Order: sequence, then structure tokens, then C-alpha cells
Amino acid sequence: MWINMGPQHPMTHGLWNLKVRVDGETVVEARPEIGYLHRGVEKIAEVREFHKVVILTDRLCYVSSVTWSHAYCLAVEELMGISDRIPARGRYLRVISNELQRVASHLMWLAAYAPDLGLLTGLLWSLRERELFLDLLQALTGQRMNQNYPRVGGVRNDMPATFARDCEKVIRHFHKKLEEYEDLFERNKTFRMRTEGVGVLSKADGLAWGVTGPNLRASGVDYDLRKLDPYDAYADLKFEPAVEPGGDNLARYLIRIEEMRTSCDLILQAVKRIPEGPYRIKAPRRAEGTAFRRTEDSRGEALFYVAGDGGDRPYRVKIRSPIFCTMSAVPTIMRGEKIADVIGIMGSLDVCVGEMDK
Amino acid sequence: MGVEEEVKRDLESRFAGQLKASQVLRPRVLQVRIDRKDLLPVAKRLKESGFEHLSCISAVDWLTRYESVCHITSWSRNCLVEVIAEIPHDDPKLDSLFGVWPGADYHEREAWDLMGITYTGHPNLERILLPADFKYHPLRKDFPQEVDRQYVSRRKLGGG
Repeated sequence: MWINMGPQHPMTHGLWNLKVRVDGETVVEARPEIGYLHRGVEKIAEVREFHKVVILTDRLCYVSSVTWSHAYCLAVEELMGISDRIPARGRYLRVISNELQRVASHLMWLAAYAPDLGLLTGLLWSLRERELFLDLLQALTGQRMNQNYPRVGGVRNDMPATFARDCEKVIRHFHKKLEEYEDLFERNKTFRMRTEGVGVLSKADGLAWGVTGPNLRASGVDYDLRKLDPYDAYADLKFEPAVEPGGDNLARYLIRIEEMRTSCDLILQAVKRIPEGPYRIKAPRRAEGTAFRRTEDSRGEALFYVAGDGGDRPYRVKIRSPIFCTMSAVPTIMRGEKIADVIGIMGSLDVCVGEMDK
Repeated sequence: MGVEEEVKRDLESRFAGQLKASQVLRPRVLQVRIDRKDLLPVAKRLKESGFEHLSCISAVDWLTRYESVCHITSWSRNCLVEVIAEIPHDDPKLDSLFGVWPGADYHEREAWDLMGITYTGHPNLERILLPADFKYHPLRKDFPQEVDRQYVSRRKLGGG
């Protein structure tokens, strides 16, 4: 029997459809149907100036805006040949904004995942702490969401005078709250029953299907583009990407909790070491050739491939969305699982329809 | 010698006459330009030499030709190869990489959907982002796009 889970379904966190064929209660086949939110960002980008595309890339994922426009700016800088002239302060501010956004994004994931498993407290608690990080982002960029902060050539504005102190204060508070989360989730029997050993993605499958980010690190692959292909100021900062061997829902939860700790640590290091000086350079208007850059987005490997024909608009912008690729692995993960676990598994993958459908 | 030089030498020795160009873009990133018929052998060789991850397939319409740009990554060797396969404009067909990296599935469906490149050997080449009954491939350059949007005030729209 085929069951449509979507396009309007509490599981989907957005607008997409997962068709599952069940035999009794066991899923024998799953078929994702996506594209409900396709806005044609790549086509629209071809008629906007290079600098004006930033605001479009912001809207690729509304819970992780900064990381997306940052990836686009890196690719355009590479195309214009100015990537080694970005001022150090600008590069540190990018790290800070990216990591704040990553924590906010992971908290939003936790807030969505907890009610998937029936833990409404998790929703309220993580949204409460997410607000603190959005406040920090607001102090830095002026907006809670869709910040439009990175620029081709640096960032839009400098950080406020009290920002370093505010970050330290929030993070000190957040570390205590993270321990409370761990008590709430990991010592909860229901949570463990629904996550341990459920939705296992093997290392080989994850690599073959192009899964990246926390989902791949939860399957035991020790990779992190911040470490392997350092961009911005990541090469100056000390951190160890978290890896979990389990590959199940629990591992994907653990990895994101650990990543929030890593991000907080990176923010503290960055606000301490941030040098004085300019934070942006004037970028050229026109560019020719092709270039690509990839970054470690909150959900995995984000890649922008940008081509220019010598004009002031991109000739072609190609977006590699990590969740788009993870979605192709869903039929493999779902095979043999129970129908009641579909929601828990999809929740653990952190689907963002905005970036998936472009 | 960096890892990208090793990969470059390996590819150059195996596909001597077939590489149209190969250059190191920056440390750990190699760019290779080939004809479409050589894509599958080059991809298989890369897979054998430790490139386990297909990052992305981007299709570009250059008016005189199409290009299918594959970014192929090795996490273990920390290297990326950008393989550019040139496709004639009047015959947009290319071998599918599905057999080498199953992850090519969605990328190729997307390239077919938006750019209209047929990937031969793909098990399920259907539209993915656009509705199944859509007739065009919108990322092609001959698909019209509104270039300048003139601002019209509400009063003018109302005829005032």
C-alpha cells in the first residue's frame, strides 16, 4: 500500500512529499517528491548584479541565511580574483556570524525534532535559547533572520563595541542549558527507544549517495570542510570536528549537540583574536571565467559554482544544496524501517525545503 | 609534490591524448577538461584512486556548447577534481555517472529538468523540481527572463 506523507503533513517541516510503500507496518520502498518550493533562484540570479544576488541566497534557507550568502560571496570573490585580499577583520567577522548561525540553525533543528518524537518541552527550551543567539545576530547584523550580512569583499558592517562581552555572557549561559538538554533528551526513555538503532545510515551508503555534514559525520566519516579546506579564519582557530560512529538517529542528535559546543568555542576564540582594521574591500563590478567554492554549511557541504561572461551579472550560478543530496539517500535509509519511525528519521536528517528546492 | 599533482600526473599518463586541458587551480584543487565520451573512463579511474564523493554536477549553457561540470572529492586524500565534460549544443547527451556514484542520481535529474541534458544510462531520468508536464528547460539561455523590472507605483497602476 502506498501512503503519501505530505505535501501537508506534520512530518515534512516544509512542503514536500514522501511516498512510502508499506507491507504491514514495514516500509519497503520510499520515494521523495520535491520541488514544491522551487523559486528558480539560479535563473533569477542571472539577471541581478553580482552584489544583489546576496539577498537571494539569504533566502535559500531561512534558518541558516548567513552561511548561504557567505558561501556565495566566497565563490564570487574567487571568480573576481580577490579572495586573498579580504581583510582579516572581515574574515573573523564571517567566522563569528557563521558559527552563531550554525548554533541557531541546530537549535531550530532540535526545536523541530523534539515534538516529532513527542517531547514538547524540547521545542520550548531550544527556541528559548535560539532567541539568545538571534539577539546576538541582530546586534551584529541588524536582523533576526535573512540578515543579508556577508558582502562580496567582506561583511556589511563592523561588530558593536560590547559584542565580545555579550557573546561570552550568552555562551556561558548556553553551556549550562546544553547540559539541561542532555538530561532532558538522553535520559528520557522514550527518546532513546525512538532513536537508538533507528534509521541507520552506513558509512558506505552515506558516501555513495553524497550525504554530507552532520549526517555523514554521524556515520563515522571524519571530514569537515572547515578543517580540510579551511576558508576565512578557520585555519587560525583550534577545533576538532565531532564524529560519531553510530549512524542512527541518536548519533545524528549527539553530533549536533557536540557541534553546538564546538561552534560556541569557535565564537569565543574568534572574538578574542579578532584583529583591528578594515572589514571590507571594494570589489570589482565585473568578472569573467568560472569559479567555485565550498563551505561547511549547517547541513553539509554547500557549493557554489559561478560563471561570469565579463558583464556585471553572473552568467550562471549553480547551487549545491546538501539536503538535496541527502534526500537521494532517503530511500536507502527507509528500507526496512517501521512506518511509525519515518517521522523520527526524517526529523533527524534536518530537512530544509528552501535550500533543497532552490 | 602535492596530492593534486599526483592526481594530475596519474590522469595525464592514463588518458594521454584525451585530456583537453588540465591545470591546478589552487592547492588541492585540479581542473580537467575532457570530451563527453571520455567522462566515464575518467570517472571510473578517479573512483578507483580514492575519490569516493561526488560533490556536484553543474550544467552550463555556453550557447556554442553545453558543459557538464562534475566536482569530485576525496575526503581521505583531501583533494577535489573539477571535471568539465564538453557537450555539443545540438546533441545534449552525456553518459550517466549513476553507476559510479549513486549520488549522481538527483544531480542528473536536476540537470535534465532545468538544462535539458539527457544522461544515458540513468535509471529514472524524470523531472525533479518542476512539474512533470512542464515543457521547457528554464536554465537554457534561450528561455526568456525578465531583465529589468521597472518600478510602477500603485497610483499609476490604478490609472491616477
